[in-house]
Amino acid sequence: MMRLLKRSYMSLIMLFLYAPIVLLIVFSFNAGRSRGLWGGFSLHWYAELLRDQQILTALRNTLVIGLSAAAISTVIGGLGAIGLYQLRRKGLRQAMLSLANLPMLNSEIVTGVSLLMLYAAMRMELGFVTLLLSHVAFCIPYVVLSVLPKLRQLDPHLAEAAQDLGATPFKAFCRVILPDIMPGVFSGFLLAFTLSIDDFVISLFTTGPGVTNLSITIFSMARRGISPKLNALSAVIFVVVLTLLIIINLPNFKQQNKKTRKEIPI
Amino acid sequence: MQDHLIVLQDLRMVFGDGYEALKGVNLYIDQNEFLTLLGPSGCGKTTTLRIVGGFEKPTSGDVLYRGKSIVNLPPYRRNINTVFQRYALFPHMNVAQNISFGPDMRKEDRQKTARRVLEMLELVNLSGFEKRSVKTLSGGQQQRVAIARALINKPDVLLLDEPLGALDLKLRKEMQGELKRIQVESGITFLYVTHDQEEALTMSDTVVVMRGGEIQQIGTPQDIYNEPKNAFVADFIGESNIYAGTMVKDKRAIFLGCEFNCVDKGFGQNVPIDVVLRPEDVKLKPAEAGIDGAPQGTVLSTLFKGVHYEMRVLVGEDVVLVHSTHAREPGAEVLVTVAPSDIHIMHKSDYVRENDEEEEGLM
Repeated sequence: MMRLLKRSYMSLIMLFLYAPIVLLIVFSFNAGRSRGLWGGFSLHWYAELLRDQQILTALRNTLVIGLSAAAISTVIGGLGAIGLYQLRRKGLRQAMLSLANLPMLNSEIVTGVSLLMLYAAMRMELGFVTLLLSHVAFCIPYVVLSVLPKLRQLDPHLAEAAQDLGATPFKAFCRVILPDIMPGVFSGFLLAFTLSIDDFVISLFTTGPGVTNLSITIFSMARRGISPKLNALSAVIFVVVLTLLIIINLPNFKQQNKKTRKEIPI
Repeated sequence: MQDHLIVLQDLRMVFGDGYEALKGVNLYIDQNEFLTLLGPSGCGKTTTLRIVGGFEKPTSGDVLYRGKSIVNLPPYRRNINTVFQRYALFPHMNVAQNISFGPDMRKEDRQKTARRVLEMLELVNLSGFEKRSVKTLSGGQQQRVAIARALINKPDVLLLDEPLGALDLKLRKEMQGELKRIQVESGITFLYVTHDQEEALTMSDTVVVMRGGEIQQIGTPQDIYNEPKNAFVADFIGESNIYAGTMVKDKRAIFLGCEFNCVDKGFGQNVPIDVVLRPEDVKLKPAEAGIDGAPQGTVLSTLFKGVHYEMRVLVGEDVVLVHSTHAREPGAEVLVTVAPSDIHIMHKSDYVRENDEEEEGLM
């Protein structure tokens, strides 16, 4: 009896969490326009999606911004993580780490407004550049957060060992350190990309006329009445983000099965 | 000066937090020597090693290598290689890739390197392991890979930072023999760091005992064991009895309330001294034996240790530790005797034996 109760409770929670998304995906394949009546299976709305120039432009912007922001923030965040890792003074390192993490806890709307004010103060014209800069800014902490644990797992003498064997510091980094933290760098990149294509609030504040990404486009289209096209678009975004998240977390699942490596304190 | 391979001149090291790790270390290392820095943690032995390796820069002082200063040379430009405490093998490379890292960095011929890798694996008894991932190796095997990775570069000096610390006792004994064999076969100078006095005595040509950033004694293992310069060295090197005493004149010393014949001279007359007695050198005789001038005591405890019995004998207010194959009942009255040549006289030092320090050293 208890077990039945537990199971049905779990099912209820799952239903509550996923019913809207499942409904959205199911109705993206609906032949009719209705949001309540099933009119038969069809890929009509996906075809419509591909014909909509506004959406395709937004999609292109989203991908370009997402990939560039992910690449730039991976480089900056990765180097930042290495810098934090090498700080010898513990107090300073903790303070810097907290500073780097703060933007993640900060409310998006505050980040958006403050970036907007910054651009205004610098007399920068809002548009593609400001949008990209904003995305880079909010992605960096996530990259730091995914690279730093990988660095901490390293034997602290690895770089020294490489130099001992004749590698210059730069070569030691490329040949020994980088390959070992690559999983962290990679998941940082994917995480940044996911966050970028998902972002709405900060984008809305920091983009200018003529440059829109998917989330802003969907928002403005939805205000004019929800078209089943949006169902299809949302379904696509959902599947893409879900896939990326699974890829990011895959190494973690694998690691849990393996013997966990002893973490070396820095 | 030109004849020594490495000369350390008045090395001082003060870290950023004001901690003084080295307080003026002077030392020379000769070609083909197996020299061991021995001391408790925090004595400065690892710091000294890291300065020779180029990983730390001394606050002052100089490191001469074949007569030339190398303190400003980065590690990758020194012909010195290191075996790190936790091996620091490159986890994403296999055994062969790890070992060929040095030659690859110098862009040496790949085929020649591949042959040398096999030679090295043979030297460290790991033939057939070249394709294995280093993550699947046991501690002892990783240790051997680390040694091969360093030796393939034909260094003039190999630095070893407590390389056997992570191995179990049996493997440690085995590796001690291996290391000595490799050192003799390769003819490479070894600079070895350890806190294990037995390891130091077994393998080294020269042992340097350090404490608190200063060298206490430099000598052969026999010198260090038999003629410790002060109470700290005597205490650190092995279990021993250390007593305050007085040198009456040459070859006559008073301690444990009695006057003894000894072989030391040149201390002067009526000078305060420290006396070291090794537990295995102390012989107990029944009280009835009636030996003149031998202190009498009571057996406090007797412990069976396998090879021998360990007994504590109370003499006046002092306790004498005795190792003997012949057990005495606790409570028995005994006479304590020591052969004159087994009495080691040392100049008085400020060292006060602390139990924690002793235990740490004996681990």
